[in-house]
Amino acid sequence: MGTLLEVRELRTEFNSEGGVVKAVDGVSYDLQEGETLGLVGESGCGKSVSALSLLRLIPNPPGRIVGGEVVFEGRDLLRLSEGEMRRIRGNKIAMIFQEPMTSLNPVLTIGRQLTETVELHMGYSYEAAVRRSVELLEMVGIPDAKSRLGSYPHQFSGGMRQRVMIAIALSCNPRLLLADEATTALDVTIQAQILELIKRLSSELGTAVIIITHNLGVVARYADRVNVMYAGKIIERGSADEIYENPRHPYTRGLLGSVPRLDVDREDRLASIEGMPPDLDRLPPGCSFVPRCPHADDRCRAEYPPLTSNGDDAHVYACWKGHEFGPLELVQANA
Amino acid sequence: MATDAAAEGRSALDRLIEEARPKRTLAQRLKRFARRKPAGAVSAVVLILLALVAAFAPFIATHDPIRDQVAAERLDAPSASHLMGTDNLGRDVFSRVVYGARISLQVGFLAIGLGTAIGMVVGVLSGYLGGKLDLIVQRLVDVMMGFPFIILAMLLVVALGASLLNVGIALSVAIVPRVVRLSRSSTLSVKEEVYVLAAVTIGVSLPRMVLRHILPNTLGPVFVLATGALGGVIVAEAGLAFLGLGIPPPSPSWGGMLNVGARGYMEAAPWMVIFPGIALSVVVFTFALLGDALRDVLDPRLRRGDS
Repeated sequence: MGTLLEVRELRTEFNSEGGVVKAVDGVSYDLQEGETLGLVGESGCGKSVSALSLLRLIPNPPGRIVGGEVVFEGRDLLRLSEGEMRRIRGNKIAMIFQEPMTSLNPVLTIGRQLTETVELHMGYSYEAAVRRSVELLEMVGIPDAKSRLGSYPHQFSGGMRQRVMIAIALSCNPRLLLADEATTALDVTIQAQILELIKRLSSELGTAVIIITHNLGVVARYADRVNVMYAGKIIERGSADEIYENPRHPYTRGLLGSVPRLDVDREDRLASIEGMPPDLDRLPPGCSFVPRCPHADDRCRAEYPPLTSNGDDAHVYACWKGHEFGPLELVQANA
Repeated sequence: MATDAAAEGRSALDRLIEEARPKRTLAQRLKRFARRKPAGAVSAVVLILLALVAAFAPFIATHDPIRDQVAAERLDAPSASHLMGTDNLGRDVFSRVVYGARISLQVGFLAIGLGTAIGMVVGVLSGYLGGKLDLIVQRLVDVMMGFPFIILAMLLVVALGASLLNVGIALSVAIVPRVVRLSRSSTLSVKEEVYVLAAVTIGVSLPRMVLRHILPNTLGPVFVLATGALGGVIVAEAGLAFLGLGIPPPSPSWGGMLNVGARGYMEAAPWMVIFPGIALSVVVFTFALLGDALRDVLDPRLRRGDS
């Protein structure tokens, strides 16, 4: 298995009234072929923007990718022409979104929307595209696929629409699937079905997946490796097991600690991370997590900690004190 | 295995929900429209009748509207042989009103068709591409809207020469700025929809994006505007004709008939003015009613319950 995607020092900024917002601030990571990577963080930490940056879909103005490289199959996507980029979108890299209720065009039939991608990228004739669409709908578990091609999106439930989105996304056998909060808007039972579907199809087709979510449960179950983002930066990275058993960054520890548990007495208060995420246009000079961190000292306030490891290079964290923390007890039962 | 079973249960449920959804035939939908919007339904019927009158004018008219000029029957009051009387040249007013429907509808649809087609393309592009293009287009629209449109139309007719086609073109100018504004604003909201972003992520090109994903989603409000404006355009055509700049005589245009009738025959032969005037009022009024009804039905913000 080779490296499919390598993101180096990616920076995306937005101009706002308050100044320049560094939504993605020097993010680097790599992705192996067929791997499933989790990108975790709370709202506004830059996870969606970093995914949209890969496909160069940042609305400009006000947004702009100001630096870095996105090397996909050996080519830097940030240097391609718009036309070359169009041949990659949908064909090599596909994306599914958070809102299944609005990500299908209400005036086109499911069939038209399914055939569009294969017609665009595979040069299929209309008939071949229709046959492929039936195949795709069956693949994502929509019964009676043939008769469904003429339906409109409003005739489908949320879960079915997300299945259709997945079918569209996978129609050209992309190498990489970006799932941006793909299950957040669905109820829990459907979430599980959709995630199982993504997992099964990605392993059948050998598609690499980046799961962007704030849901740690999703990541624990479906991701091979996890990147935790905070304030536009990756602050911890490791295998999913390692992150859950040995979180090193106080933010990751806080996130894991604040997952509600069914097996803990309800009398106890739910742990939470104090304070609010920082304004991305007014970041403190040192570690961005300082204002909310119970362990912060003068060094944390002055210098931003680089990603370091505790001997194991597969698990890195951006915290001066990361090596001091032991395994997190709260998550033992989950892991 | 367990999830497979769950999935099957779910899809069975989906199917049940699907089957429970009301499926209506066209006839049922029309009946529903008539019950909810009686005024709209009546106006639709009136307009269909009008279109039939225009289409079958030769079979309905009792006389030739232009050639049947009988000197002895000039300015005759309405009677059995001349239902709406005759004009100053002895022509049958009823036949002229019937043929006039053709002209009014032709000019109306020509102007609206041309105006909305141009306005939609310009408006959608302006809204979707934004930036400098949008700025320039919108300032041009400001200028056009600031200019009294009947004067603009008069200038155009004078410049192009009076004919049915040219009057249609001149009047379409009145529609363009309004359609541009409306399509642009719909585009601005449609463009933020996730399905547009989703279309970009599958690598859709600009023309395909505009024609297939944006434009169809902005049609509703434009359609309503166009229906409502049809009446206005027909009146404007009559206005031009009244000023002597409409479709040249002897073509039986309602405005032209008003023009001749109002000049010196009001007292001697009021039927020369009254009947084309009634025809004009009815058409404008019914188009306005239909436009209102369509807006209520098509605009989701004004829609009550499902439809």
